[in-house]
Amino acid sequence: MADAYVVGVDMIKFGRFPEKSVPQLGSEAALMALDDCGLTIQDMQALYCGNLGQASGMVGQRILQEIGQTGIPVVNVANACATGATAFREAWASVKADLYDVVLAVGVEQMGRGLLGGGGGSRGISKEGLLGSGTMPSVFAEAGMEHTRQYGTTFEQFAKVSVKNHHHSTMNPKAMYQIETPLETVMNSEMISYPNTKLMCSVNVDGSAAAVIASAKKARELGLMDRAIKVRASVLTSDPWQERDLVMPDVNTCTRKAAAAAYEMAGLGPDDIDLIELHDCFATAEILHYENLGLCEDGEAGRLIDDGEVALGGRIPVNVSGGLLSKGHPLGATGIANIYEVSTHLRGAAGQRQVDGARIGMTHVIGLGSACGIHILEKAA
Amino acid sequence: MADRPLPAVSHLKIPDDGDPYLEGCRCGSCGATFLGTRDNCSKCGARGKMQTIRLANRGELYSYCIVHRSFPGIDVPYVSAIVDLEGGGTVKGNLIDVEPDPSKIDFGMPVDVVYDDALGRKDAEGNSYLSYFFKPRTKI
Repeated sequence: MADAYVVGVDMIKFGRFPEKSVPQLGSEAALMALDDCGLTIQDMQALYCGNLGQASGMVGQRILQEIGQTGIPVVNVANACATGATAFREAWASVKADLYDVVLAVGVEQMGRGLLGGGGGSRGISKEGLLGSGTMPSVFAEAGMEHTRQYGTTFEQFAKVSVKNHHHSTMNPKAMYQIETPLETVMNSEMISYPNTKLMCSVNVDGSAAAVIASAKKARELGLMDRAIKVRASVLTSDPWQERDLVMPDVNTCTRKAAAAAYEMAGLGPDDIDLIELHDCFATAEILHYENLGLCEDGEAGRLIDDGEVALGGRIPVNVSGGLLSKGHPLGATGIANIYEVSTHLRGAAGQRQVDGARIGMTHVIGLGSACGIHILEKAA
Repeated sequence: MADRPLPAVSHLKIPDDGDPYLEGCRCGSCGATFLGTRDNCSKCGARGKMQTIRLANRGELYSYCIVHRSFPGIDVPYVSAIVDLEGGGTVKGNLIDVEPDPSKIDFGMPVDVVYDDALGRKDAEGNSYLSYFFKPRTKI
């Protein structure tokens, strides 16, 4: 199969835009990604659109109603927080399969505020606070406490993830927040679900991101190879059976499976990766994924954050964008925003937060329920 | 309106003549245990091999979190707990009769499943519900 390249990619600055519609938000990123490679909507042969909040609302077609109804096939994708990555992967697969030469992937979300999850069943009485908690902060707190049980990981170590990612975001003008949050501030902010405080929960924001994916032949024809990013691996997994998964979603096994498959597809290992954007929906989650993605041995994740190995300037910088914790987490857009971040570093265009000499990067998302999407990207030779 | 409390979830069974219990099922092919009943095994894919079983009322704390922020009307803080039952099956619920303080909660602590009114919650028709909770097992 032919190689596929990201030739254009961009994201809007994440924020809160209640005055805009979902298709309007998606259109902004779509046009920015097209401008990034100097193409137009008339050049696109298909659109893959990720959105969760209006999953039955034909968001992709409504984006075309904003920017150009060319009659191309549109696929609308929903896959929880892996929605954007799934849309990107479907676009990639269509180029790999030689169905199309150049396609557009868009991820977009408009979020409310407050706790996600915990809605409970439709009949009888609410189970939240009766049969434990189903809110996302609680679910990921319980996943973090499993790590505490196994390895003694501390509240302070979890909190340090948030300190790091908030620090990174001070160098990212497209992040929702650019605010330093020292350790005491993180640990003393409102406790939501121990061990996750408010500053250890991702920010609900509105946002969109988009990517133009082209075949190698098309990218060369268009003269776009100088800034192109090669997709070395694209993997999607669901959660294999685990004895506790009816009450405790397992974000570890599906990530480990996806990481193994992605490294194999790329012919690379964890030591070859220069930066990672991973799914820090909660500070507890980031710790788990250091081990799941093979950045360290099992049980070493606490040491990794203590030693600064995952900070900008460290051995393997993680979430230099600020991550979901500070850049923000517009569910359907997140996966493609990660692609934008890594691509920007590979192009050497990340400004103050640039990972020096970045050549290969990885993106990772988890959609609870569960889906894991991993991409490995490399600057075209 | 029902003349006695209804089960808060379908895997809680209230026999006419006996104590309430949690129902699960076990795959006759691979032995996987599930909460509630089902037709097929999602571990091995076997069809029609599920045997309904009565889950144990004893278990141990696997993981937990302490919930400080919830929705309006829900009392906080409380402990949301994941408990592995003796003989198989994992359930989630509130851990009661402990201080909501991580220094007072031990992983692996033995707990009993106890049954009680669903914190006064009633449905739109005014029905009361029976639910289950986890309680630290007192040493004998």
